[in-house]
Amino acid sequence: MMAFIAIASALFVAATKNLVRSVFMFFITLFALAGLYVLALADFVAITQIVIYVGGILVLILFAFMLSGKETLNAIEEQKNKFININKVPAMFLAALFLVVLANMIFKVDADNLVWIKKSAITRNIILPNSSMTENIGINLMTKYLLPFEAISILLMVALVGAAHLSRKGRGV
Amino acid sequence: MISLTDFLLVSAVLFCVGLYMIVSKQNAIQILIGIELMLNAAILNLVAFSKYDRFNNGGQMLALFAIVLAAATTAVALAIILNVYKQYKTIDPGKIDKLGD
Repeated sequence: MMAFIAIASALFVAATKNLVRSVFMFFITLFALAGLYVLALADFVAITQIVIYVGGILVLILFAFMLSGKETLNAIEEQKNKFININKVPAMFLAALFLVVLANMIFKVDADNLVWIKKSAITRNIILPNSSMTENIGINLMTKYLLPFEAISILLMVALVGAAHLSRKGRGV
Repeated sequence: MISLTDFLLVSAVLFCVGLYMIVSKQNAIQILIGIELMLNAAILNLVAFSKYDRFNNGGQMLALFAIVLAAATTAVALAIILNVYKQYKTIDPGKIDKLGD
Protein backbone atom coordinates (compact mmCIF):
# COMPACT_ATOMS: atom_id res chain seq x y z
CA MET A 1 0.00 0.00 0.00
CA MET A 2 2.71 2.45 1.00
CA ALA A 3 4.75 1.32 -1.93
CA PHE A 4 1.81 1.88 -4.23
CA ILE A 5 1.29 5.41 -2.91
CA ALA A 6 4.99 6.16 -3.24
CA ILE A 7 5.28 4.89 -6.78
CA ALA A 8 2.02 6.40 -7.97
CA SER A 9 2.78 9.83 -6.59
CA ALA A 10 6.31 9.66 -7.97
CA LEU A 11 4.91 8.88 -11.40
CA PHE A 12 2.53 11.79 -11.02
CA VAL A 13 5.46 14.02 -10.09
CA ALA A 14 7.16 12.98 -13.29
CA ALA A 15 4.07 13.27 -15.44
CA THR A 16 2.46 16.52 -14.42
CA LYS A 17 3.08 19.77 -16.20
CA ASN A 18 2.29 22.05 -13.32
CA LEU A 19 5.37 22.69 -11.24
CA VAL A 20 3.49 23.54 -8.07
CA ARG A 21 1.42 20.38 -8.32
CA SER A 22 4.57 18.40 -8.93
CA VAL A 23 6.17 19.81 -5.81
CA PHE A 24 3.15 18.95 -3.69
CA MET A 25 3.00 15.43 -5.08
CA PHE A 26 6.66 15.11 -4.19
CA PHE A 27 5.57 15.97 -0.66
CA ILE A 28 3.25 12.94 -0.71
CA THR A 29 6.01 10.76 -2.11
CA LEU A 30 8.27 11.75 0.75
CA PHE A 31 5.59 10.93 3.30
CA ALA A 32 5.01 7.55 1.73
CA LEU A 33 8.73 6.90 1.83
CA ALA A 34 8.76 7.73 5.51
CA GLY A 35 6.00 5.17 5.94
CA LEU A 36 8.12 2.65 4.10
CA TYR A 37 11.00 3.35 6.48
CA VAL A 38 8.71 2.65 9.39
CA LEU A 39 7.76 -0.63 7.76
CA ALA A 40 11.48 -1.40 7.45
CA LEU A 41 11.73 -0.89 11.23
CA ALA A 42 13.72 2.32 11.05
CA ASP A 43 11.62 4.77 13.04
CA PHE A 44 14.35 7.30 13.66
CA VAL A 45 15.24 7.58 9.99
CA ALA A 46 11.57 8.05 9.16
CA ILE A 47 11.24 10.94 11.60
CA THR A 48 14.45 12.47 10.27
CA GLN A 49 13.10 12.12 6.75
CA ILE A 50 9.95 14.00 7.66
CA VAL A 51 11.77 16.71 9.58
CA ILE A 52 14.54 17.38 7.10
CA TYR A 53 12.97 16.64 3.74
CA VAL A 54 9.44 17.80 4.31
CA GLY A 55 10.33 20.57 6.71
CA GLY A 56 13.50 21.74 5.09
CA ILE A 57 14.00 20.81 1.51
CA LEU A 58 10.45 21.22 0.32
CA VAL A 59 10.10 24.63 1.90
CA LEU A 60 13.39 25.55 0.27
CA ILE A 61 12.18 24.35 -3.13
CA LEU A 62 8.90 26.22 -2.81
CA PHE A 63 10.76 29.31 -1.72
CA ALA A 64 13.11 29.22 -4.67
CA PHE A 65 10.20 28.57 -6.95
CA MET A 66 8.34 31.60 -5.68
CA LEU A 67 11.44 33.77 -5.84
CA SER A 68 12.10 32.84 -9.41
CA GLY A 69 8.96 34.61 -10.44
CA LYS A 70 6.17 34.34 -12.90
CA GLU A 71 8.15 33.63 -16.02
CA THR A 72 8.94 30.09 -14.97
CA LEU A 73 5.25 29.35 -14.96
CA ASN A 74 4.86 30.82 -18.43
CA ALA A 75 7.82 28.81 -19.66
CA ILE A 76 6.23 25.65 -18.38
CA GLU A 77 2.91 26.34 -20.01
CA GLU A 78 4.64 26.83 -23.32
CA GLN A 79 5.68 23.20 -23.36
CA LYS A 80 3.69 20.71 -25.30
CA ASN A 81 0.87 19.26 -23.33
CA LYS A 82 1.24 15.63 -24.17
CA PHE A 83 2.91 13.25 -21.78
CA ILE A 84 4.42 11.20 -24.54
CA ASN A 85 5.87 13.37 -27.22
CA ILE A 86 8.81 12.80 -29.43
CA ASN A 87 11.26 14.59 -27.18
CA LYS A 88 10.63 12.28 -24.29
CA VAL A 89 10.83 8.94 -26.02
CA PRO A 90 14.61 8.60 -25.52
CA ALA A 91 14.27 9.51 -21.86
CA MET A 92 11.50 6.99 -21.31
CA PHE A 93 13.47 4.38 -23.19
CA LEU A 94 16.52 5.02 -21.05
CA ALA A 95 14.54 4.87 -17.83
CA ALA A 96 12.73 1.68 -18.85
CA LEU A 97 15.99 0.04 -19.87
CA PHE A 98 17.54 0.97 -16.56
CA LEU A 99 14.52 -0.41 -14.73
CA VAL A 100 14.81 -3.69 -16.60
CA VAL A 101 18.49 -3.95 -15.75
CA LEU A 102 17.90 -3.15 -12.09
CA ALA A 103 14.99 -5.58 -11.73
CA ASN A 104 16.96 -8.29 -13.44
CA MET A 105 19.85 -7.73 -11.07
CA ILE A 106 17.56 -7.72 -8.04
CA PHE A 107 16.00 -11.03 -8.98
CA LYS A 108 19.39 -12.55 -9.75
CA VAL A 109 20.84 -11.45 -6.42
CA ASP A 110 17.88 -12.86 -4.52
CA ALA A 111 18.52 -10.60 -1.57
CA ASP A 112 16.65 -12.61 1.03
CA ASN A 113 19.05 -15.51 0.71
CA LEU A 114 22.35 -13.66 0.85
CA VAL A 115 24.97 -15.23 3.06
CA TRP A 116 25.46 -12.41 5.51
CA ILE A 117 21.76 -11.88 5.90
CA LYS A 118 21.23 -15.50 6.79
CA LYS A 119 24.14 -15.31 9.18
CA SER A 120 22.73 -12.26 10.90
CA ALA A 121 19.39 -14.00 11.19
CA ILE A 122 21.09 -16.92 12.88
CA THR A 123 23.14 -14.80 15.27
CA ARG A 124 20.07 -12.71 16.19
CA ASN A 125 21.62 -9.60 14.70
CA ILE A 126 18.26 -8.64 13.28
CA ILE A 127 15.96 -5.82 14.26
CA LEU A 128 12.70 -7.11 15.63
CA PRO A 129 9.48 -5.10 15.58
CA ASN A 130 9.49 -4.67 19.34
CA SER A 131 13.07 -3.48 19.69
CA SER A 132 13.57 0.26 19.82
CA MET A 133 16.63 1.38 17.96
CA THR A 134 16.86 5.02 18.89
CA GLU A 135 19.11 4.50 21.92
CA ASN A 136 21.37 2.28 19.90
CA ILE A 137 21.58 4.87 17.14
CA GLY A 138 22.44 7.57 19.64
CA ILE A 139 25.15 5.51 21.27
CA ASN A 140 26.64 4.58 17.92
CA LEU A 141 26.50 8.17 16.76
CA MET A 142 28.50 9.33 19.75
CA THR A 143 31.06 6.54 19.75
CA LYS A 144 31.69 4.79 16.49
CA TYR A 145 30.49 7.45 14.09
CA LEU A 146 31.69 10.51 15.97
CA LEU A 147 34.17 11.67 13.34
CA PRO A 148 31.71 11.49 10.42
CA PHE A 149 29.15 13.23 12.59
CA GLU A 150 31.42 16.17 13.28
CA ALA A 151 32.59 16.28 9.68
CA ILE A 152 29.04 16.38 8.38
CA SER A 153 28.07 19.10 10.81
CA ILE A 154 30.94 21.26 9.59
CA LEU A 155 30.04 20.46 6.01
CA LEU A 156 26.42 21.39 6.58
CA MET A 157 27.42 24.71 8.07
CA VAL A 158 29.81 25.45 5.22
CA ALA A 159 27.15 24.53 2.66
CA LEU A 160 24.52 26.74 4.27
CA VAL A 161 26.87 29.70 4.55
CA GLY A 162 27.91 29.16 0.95
CA ALA A 163 24.31 28.98 -0.21
CA ALA A 164 23.45 32.17 1.61
CA HIS A 165 26.47 33.87 0.12
CA LEU A 166 25.70 32.66 -3.39
CA SER A 167 22.13 33.84 -3.31
CA ARG A 168 23.11 37.16 -1.80
CA LYS A 169 25.90 37.96 -4.21
CA GLY A 170 23.61 38.00 -7.20
CA ARG A 171 21.61 40.88 -5.83
CA GLY A 172 24.55 43.24 -5.71
CA VAL A 173 25.52 42.66 -9.32
CA MET B 1 6.46 -9.81 6.50
CA ILE B 2 7.74 -7.69 3.69
CA SER B 3 10.72 -9.26 2.02
CA LEU B 4 13.88 -7.46 1.06
CA THR B 5 13.21 -7.95 -2.64
CA ASP B 6 10.06 -5.84 -2.44
CA PHE B 7 11.95 -2.94 -0.97
CA LEU B 8 14.59 -3.26 -3.64
CA LEU B 9 11.98 -3.27 -6.39
CA VAL B 10 10.22 -0.18 -5.07
CA SER B 11 13.56 1.51 -4.81
CA ALA B 12 14.45 0.57 -8.38
CA VAL B 13 11.17 2.01 -9.68
CA LEU B 14 11.69 5.26 -7.78
CA PHE B 15 15.24 5.48 -9.09
CA CYS B 16 14.06 5.09 -12.66
CA VAL B 17 11.38 7.74 -12.23
CA GLY B 18 14.05 10.08 -10.94
CA LEU B 19 16.28 9.22 -13.88
CA TYR B 20 13.45 9.93 -16.28
CA MET B 21 12.81 13.29 -14.67
CA ILE B 22 16.45 14.25 -14.83
CA VAL B 23 16.78 13.37 -18.49
CA SER B 24 13.50 14.73 -19.80
CA LYS B 25 12.50 17.78 -17.80
CA GLN B 26 13.15 21.28 -19.01
CA ASN B 27 13.12 22.96 -15.65
CA ALA B 28 16.01 23.03 -13.23
CA ILE B 29 13.79 22.69 -10.18
CA GLN B 30 12.14 19.59 -11.57
CA ILE B 31 15.56 18.13 -12.32
CA LEU B 32 16.46 18.81 -8.71
CA ILE B 33 13.34 16.95 -7.60
CA GLY B 34 14.43 14.05 -9.80
CA ILE B 35 17.79 13.99 -8.08
CA GLU B 36 16.03 13.96 -4.71
CA LEU B 37 13.94 11.00 -5.85
CA MET B 38 17.06 9.06 -6.81
CA LEU B 39 18.65 9.86 -3.46
CA ASN B 40 15.54 8.70 -1.68
CA ALA B 41 15.63 5.43 -3.59
CA ALA B 42 19.20 4.87 -2.43
CA ILE B 43 18.26 5.71 1.16
CA LEU B 44 15.38 3.24 0.99
CA ASN B 45 17.87 0.54 0.05
CA LEU B 46 20.13 1.46 2.94
CA VAL B 47 17.26 1.38 5.40
CA ALA B 48 15.94 -1.92 4.08
CA PHE B 49 19.30 -3.64 4.46
CA SER B 50 19.88 -2.03 7.82
CA LYS B 51 17.28 -4.32 9.32
CA TYR B 52 19.86 -7.07 9.32
CA ASP B 53 22.47 -5.05 11.16
CA ARG B 54 21.23 -4.56 14.65
CA PHE B 55 24.30 -3.70 16.66
CA ASN B 56 26.20 -1.47 14.30
CA ASN B 57 23.27 0.25 12.52
CA GLY B 58 25.49 0.85 9.52
CA GLY B 59 22.64 1.32 7.09
CA GLN B 60 20.59 3.66 9.25
CA MET B 61 23.63 5.76 10.07
CA LEU B 62 24.51 6.08 6.43
CA ALA B 63 20.89 6.94 5.65
CA LEU B 64 20.95 9.76 8.20
CA PHE B 65 24.20 11.10 6.77
CA ALA B 66 22.79 10.86 3.26
CA ILE B 67 19.68 12.82 4.25
CA VAL B 68 21.76 15.59 5.77
CA LEU B 69 24.02 15.69 2.72
CA ALA B 70 20.96 15.90 0.49
CA ALA B 71 19.77 18.90 2.49
CA ALA B 72 23.12 20.62 2.05
CA THR B 73 23.32 19.94 -1.67
CA THR B 74 19.76 21.11 -2.20
CA ALA B 75 20.44 24.39 -0.48
CA VAL B 76 23.51 25.03 -2.62
CA ALA B 77 21.78 23.91 -5.80
CA LEU B 78 18.80 26.17 -5.21
CA ALA B 79 21.11 29.11 -4.60
CA ILE B 80 22.83 28.34 -7.90
CA ILE B 81 19.48 28.06 -9.66
CA LEU B 82 18.43 31.45 -8.33
CA ASN B 83 21.67 32.97 -9.57
CA VAL B 84 21.23 31.38 -12.97
CA TYR B 85 17.71 32.72 -13.13
CA LYS B 86 18.91 36.21 -12.37
CA GLN B 87 21.54 35.96 -15.05
CA TYR B 88 19.55 34.38 -17.85
CA LYS B 89 15.91 34.99 -16.87
CA THR B 90 15.20 31.32 -17.47
CA ILE B 91 15.82 28.10 -15.65
CA ASP B 92 15.61 25.83 -18.64
CA PRO B 93 18.98 24.07 -18.73
CA GLY B 94 18.69 23.63 -22.49
CA LYS B 95 18.67 27.35 -23.04
CA ILE B 96 21.66 28.14 -20.87
CA ASP B 97 24.43 28.01 -23.39
CA LYS B 98 26.98 30.54 -22.21
CA LEU B 99 29.56 30.25 -19.49
CA GLY B 100 29.52 33.12 -17.04
CA ASP B 101 32.13 35.78 -17.38
